[in-house]
Amino acid sequence: MPAATTRAASSLNPDPEEPPQRKLYRSADGRLLGGVARGLAGHLGLPVAWVRFVFLGLFFADGLGALLYAVFWIVVPLGVGGVDSPRSVFETAPDGRRRLRKPDRGQVFALVALLIGAVIFVGNVDMGSKADRYIWPTLLIGAGSVLVWRQADNARRARWMEVGSRRRVLHLARGLAGVALVGLGLAGFMVVRGSAAQLGNVLTAAIAVLTGIALLAGPYLVRMTQDLSEERLMRIRAQERAEVAAHVHDSVLHTLTLIQRNAEDPGEVRRLARAQERELRNWLYNPEGTGKDEDDEPETLAEAVKRAAAEVEDKHGVPLEVVVVGDCPLDEKLTAQMQAAREAMVNAAKYGGEGGAVQVYAEVEGRTVFVSVRDRGPGFDLDSVPGDRMGVRESIIGRMQRNGGTARLRSVPGGGTEVELEMERTSDERDH
Amino acid sequence: MNGTTEATGSHEGPERRVRVVLVDDHRMFRTGVQAEIGRTEETGVEVIGEAADVDQAVTVITATRPEVVLLDVHLPGGGGVEVLRRCAPFMGAVENPVRFLALSVSDAAEDVIGVIRGGARGYVTKTITGADLVDSVFRVQDGDAVFSPRLAGFVLDAFASTDAPPVDEDLDRLTQREREVLRLIARGYAYKEIAKQLFISVKTVESHVSAVLRKLQLSNRHELTRWATARRLV
Repeated sequence: MPAATTRAASSLNPDPEEPPQRKLYRSADGRLLGGVARGLAGHLGLPVAWVRFVFLGLFFADGLGALLYAVFWIVVPLGVGGVDSPRSVFETAPDGRRRLRKPDRGQVFALVALLIGAVIFVGNVDMGSKADRYIWPTLLIGAGSVLVWRQADNARRARWMEVGSRRRVLHLARGLAGVALVGLGLAGFMVVRGSAAQLGNVLTAAIAVLTGIALLAGPYLVRMTQDLSEERLMRIRAQERAEVAAHVHDSVLHTLTLIQRNAEDPGEVRRLARAQERELRNWLYNPEGTGKDEDDEPETLAEAVKRAAAEVEDKHGVPLEVVVVGDCPLDEKLTAQMQAAREAMVNAAKYGGEGGAVQVYAEVEGRTVFVSVRDRGPGFDLDSVPGDRMGVRESIIGRMQRNGGTARLRSVPGGGTEVELEMERTSDERDH
Repeated sequence: MNGTTEATGSHEGPERRVRVVLVDDHRMFRTGVQAEIGRTEETGVEVIGEAADVDQAVTVITATRPEVVLLDVHLPGGGGVEVLRRCAPFMGAVENPVRFLALSVSDAAEDVIGVIRGGARGYVTKTITGADLVDSVFRVQDGDAVFSPRLAGFVLDAFASTDAPPVDEDLDRLTQREREVLRLIARGYAYKEIAKQLFISVKTVESHVSAVLRKLQLSNRHELTRWATARRLV
């Protein structure tokens, strides 16, 4: 039951193992009928068999047990015992093992005991022939309503758990069986009362009354269900709006505040705005995007490129325009290529950032992955870079060559720099 | 994109004018664009009308017959695609054809490809600078296509993933050269630089780009639908 778990979560109980504030629920898990006995057992901390025997015993006291059981069933709400809340109220029961999918031996035994008890009861009651005649119809009606009630419980439970279509057919069949039993019982009453001859008249009257009620109450019922579904829709909408508002509040408003505060620092403002734009785009256009950069490592090339570009952009305050064509999963060699590309992006942002946005282009074509990083900065001459500056030579060219790829550097003094990285994917064969 | 000097150099003076209508549902954005490019004496761009939704846009375009429409992708009343659909007769007009340039903040490929397929001559993002936007407007007026790197990326993606084409769809395929040109655009090259790189003239680059645009607008709807479905875009 959600209420139980939230209560458990918000409880100030210092010992997390101790079940907090017990409240009586019927157990939906491993129950025989309505789960009353099981729920009571869990509540009282008694073995469930004891409770069942007490009910059975009371049953012989003029059916008091059955009455009590029925009252409990109607009044006490159904709880989910250990199905989707790991710490369930019902765990305290000695045989309250959590997932009792199949009826266990105790259940079968209890069922048999119940049947024997019922048979004995019926046999015992055979005292006045007048009362006897009402027994079977009453039992039929009782069994039918039990079936239908359980059906209602199951319908409620289905909302908590996914129910397959095959089970739904079973549920329908059970519901119909319940209705049929109740109908049989009522017919039995009439037959017993000796009014079988008037059965037709009674049925006609009953149908007339039912039709009248349906005519009177029908529109109200329809209106009510419509109102209910409309209200549900509104609630879902309100929830969605609240979620959007929460996101806007968390990220956008926050960023705008920071921008106001940093208004004198154009670089910082630009950085904040770009980071926010990127996050919001991710949130709006990626179906499963959370908007936040996940902490785990990217798994595909496109993700890796975008992540690297975003990090460089944030760190150096230079916009990077990323275009990715195609995508593929990252392997060892591509990871190396990504590291080289990242180094190239850092260089471009550091030395070529004044010329405008840095263009990053990645393409997967067949088995070849191509990445180009291009800036419009002053450019430089590779041969004139001193030998002790390892950035380009080692981190980019060297790394690509070690992993079996190629790196080309093109730089026109005054016309920007472009780094081209090419790598073959390792698909299934491992050649190194 | 890098034609800042070109724009101010060759399009200066009153002999080169372009009449533009702005369609965008954000008044602030229209005002900003107006302030940025609407100084007619400097830029040669004359903003002759504005519209905030599809119906207004169609009315304004019909009444003023501008040369270029800056069209937002997301609009109340059906979006930019709806404006394009209802203005289709003006696009094909022999005299004073109306040309559309999509200007959007959207990052979604189906939005962008959608307006291009609808007949827009190009697509630029709203982060574009004023000078580049003016340049793009003039290029569109000339009948040229304006591809931002991002659009080139989308188009490459769209054509690349439709591999193993049936024979009768050969017309829709990109040639090797067109693919190369697109790739260079996606890498941030300007037309002039592409021409130099591929040893062809700027005119040839322009004709390749226009060919790509035509193929995109004519390209088999089925293919693009499949592409979009594969990416869970529709």
